[in-house]
Amino acid sequence: MSGTFVGMPAFPKAAHEAVNNTTLRGNLRHATHTIRAKRAKAVTEVSDWAALREAGKRIKDHTLRHLDRYLVQLEESVTRAGGTVHWAADADEANRIVTDLVKATGESEVVKVKSMATQEIGLNEFLEAEGIHAYETDLAELIVQLGKDRPSHILVPAIHRNRGEIRDIFTREMSEWGRPAPEGLTDTPAELAEAARLHLREKFLRAKVGISGANFMIAETGTLVVVESEGNGRMCLTLPETLISVVGIEKILPTWQDLEVFLQTLPRSSTAERMNPYTSMWTGTTDSETADGPRTFHLVLIDNGRTDTLADEVGRQALRCIRCSACLNVCPVYERAGGHAYGSVYPGPIGAILSPQLRGTASEIDASLPYASSLCGACYEVCPVAIDIPEVLVHLRERVVQGGQVTQQGSKVVLKPAKGHAAERAAMRAARWAFSHPGALRTGQRLASRTRRFHPRTLPGPGSAWSGSRDLPAVPAEPFRDWWQRTNGGKGEGK
Amino acid sequence: MSSRDAILGRVRRALADVRQDDTPYDQAIQRDYLREHGDRGVEETVDLLAENLADYRALVHRCTDEELPGVLARLLTGRGSRSVLVPPGLPASWLAGVDLPRVQDRLESTPHELDQVDSVVTGCAVAIAETGTIVLDGSPDQGRRRITLVPDHHICVVRVPGQVVSSVPQGLERLDPNRPLTWISGPSATSDIELDRVEGVHGPRTLEVVLVSGLPGDEVTS
Repeated sequence: MSGTFVGMPAFPKAAHEAVNNTTLRGNLRHATHTIRAKRAKAVTEVSDWAALREAGKRIKDHTLRHLDRYLVQLEESVTRAGGTVHWAADADEANRIVTDLVKATGESEVVKVKSMATQEIGLNEFLEAEGIHAYETDLAELIVQLGKDRPSHILVPAIHRNRGEIRDIFTREMSEWGRPAPEGLTDTPAELAEAARLHLREKFLRAKVGISGANFMIAETGTLVVVESEGNGRMCLTLPETLISVVGIEKILPTWQDLEVFLQTLPRSSTAERMNPYTSMWTGTTDSETADGPRTFHLVLIDNGRTDTLADEVGRQALRCIRCSACLNVCPVYERAGGHAYGSVYPGPIGAILSPQLRGTASEIDASLPYASSLCGACYEVCPVAIDIPEVLVHLRERVVQGGQVTQQGSKVVLKPAKGHAAERAAMRAARWAFSHPGALRTGQRLASRTRRFHPRTLPGPGSAWSGSRDLPAVPAEPFRDWWQRTNGGKGEGK
Repeated sequence: MSSRDAILGRVRRALADVRQDDTPYDQAIQRDYLREHGDRGVEETVDLLAENLADYRALVHRCTDEELPGVLARLLTGRGSRSVLVPPGLPASWLAGVDLPRVQDRLESTPHELDQVDSVVTGCAVAIAETGTIVLDGSPDQGRRRITLVPDHHICVVRVPGQVVSSVPQGLERLDPNRPLTWISGPSATSDIELDRVEGVHGPRTLEVVLVSGLPGDEVTS
């Protein structure tokens, strides 16, 4: 994935720093609580939400189970409609394809629609190194780009910034990139949006190359769909002469009709709206007489770890994700730690299961992500495609601790158990031995009951980190099995 | 081996555990969700459209076909527009009462030229009541996508009840995926600052929707 996040510390360390940042916590608390209540209301408006969610899940599962067929069908449809399809096995190949396409136009700047796929592959940094300036045009992406910052939310990458900080960034940085911020800019959201409108307008009007992702690709028709709010997407998709869309292979839907599910569930789950302000749909290019929009259209399909994820029978459900970010907004861990601690463009609960699958669990951050959760399940409950995130988290924890067979870059490899979990493995081995030796278990339980007055209240050594904020469970005066025998299962005397 | 073949090969190997299933797609997916929400008559559906458009800050006007030229003239004058963009197939009668320079969008028009125009008037392909959405499909009365994007003021005429459907599923049924489509639900907006919705970013900051009854081509929606 992107080089932007290389060398990130493990989640606990990064989160520890983040929770001490009171501005960040205030900003996140305000934003996530606002959107949580709105989303709940938007979902209640549709009486068949459960049926829509189930249909969304089934459509996505069906597509993933026949992905090879639908990829080939999509390629045919897009080609027939006048587009050109490129295939990229990894981030580097995708970046090179896009760079070559831009260079072939002779242009040295591009305008971009917010896209998770291009963030994932680190496209902007790659283009910059090749002398091509990529301008982000989504308001939040602009804030991140001008602030030389990293995104911290899928939908609202600058969620960690409040209005005052945004005003300061605009005032300080806009002149470096183009039209400066208006004199005396205040921190009211309407004025900040106006400043972005003025700053980006000249870039839209002169742009010759646009780069986008896509929310959906329809295999039967070759139609691409981009869902947005501001109109920056429409600008990038219609004004340039060349359009390059970089899309993950899992973003396919088989038929036009399938949109009827996702165009109902996505806006309500992401921005809590009945419908987002703008949705653009295009199928290849249009003929010259009535030409509307770019004359040249390239679709770059990227794998970059998706087929490895698909090979995991439990983990593959993560590929159903439609990037709505509802799971981030309800997550108690995300709300406190913020998005940067996840060390990936995909933060929050979905990031905790997606990043370690797309990138593997070799690095410290990726091995720690399956633990960045209390397993409370709120993410599963709000997910519009019913991804059982807690199930995948537990599955990935097993993989980290025990190792085992996984697919990496298309090849099956056997992972060794991760370092740092030796004590856990020893404890589990001891438990297995005790539970398969009833005599030893009984003796141990009786001993524990008799010595209970002498038990410490906190654990020694590394265990103190756990018991520092929790009470150790009290050992009962009598083991359960002794009580059961003595009282004939509670029917006899005493209690 | 090309990356295409490599990726397709990886997909097939990744799915080795999945048993072969050749159920046709229309039978493979159960669709238990509703085709529309609630039980409304034609009038109520149009009312719901008006309500939801207004809820997302579109300005909604209602009139008969005889009143339409007067309404359009009043809206353009009221805003102080000095020029109006006109798609090639806009019915001439609609702007009969408008005395403003009309700008045609030609193939060679540049975005900078369109940026000099104050307003644009179009028809639409379909309007969806439940979500307060109008959809443009590039037909002659709607023009290229850019003409409803660059000017700051968009007036969209919806023929009611003929062009109005209740729901997203019904809307998709009426649309042709081979045409460039733009779904519009209120003026341009953003939720990027503290997840609070603010209207008015890059697209037209003012969206006016005129619901016209009695125009030819009307039929009662199912």
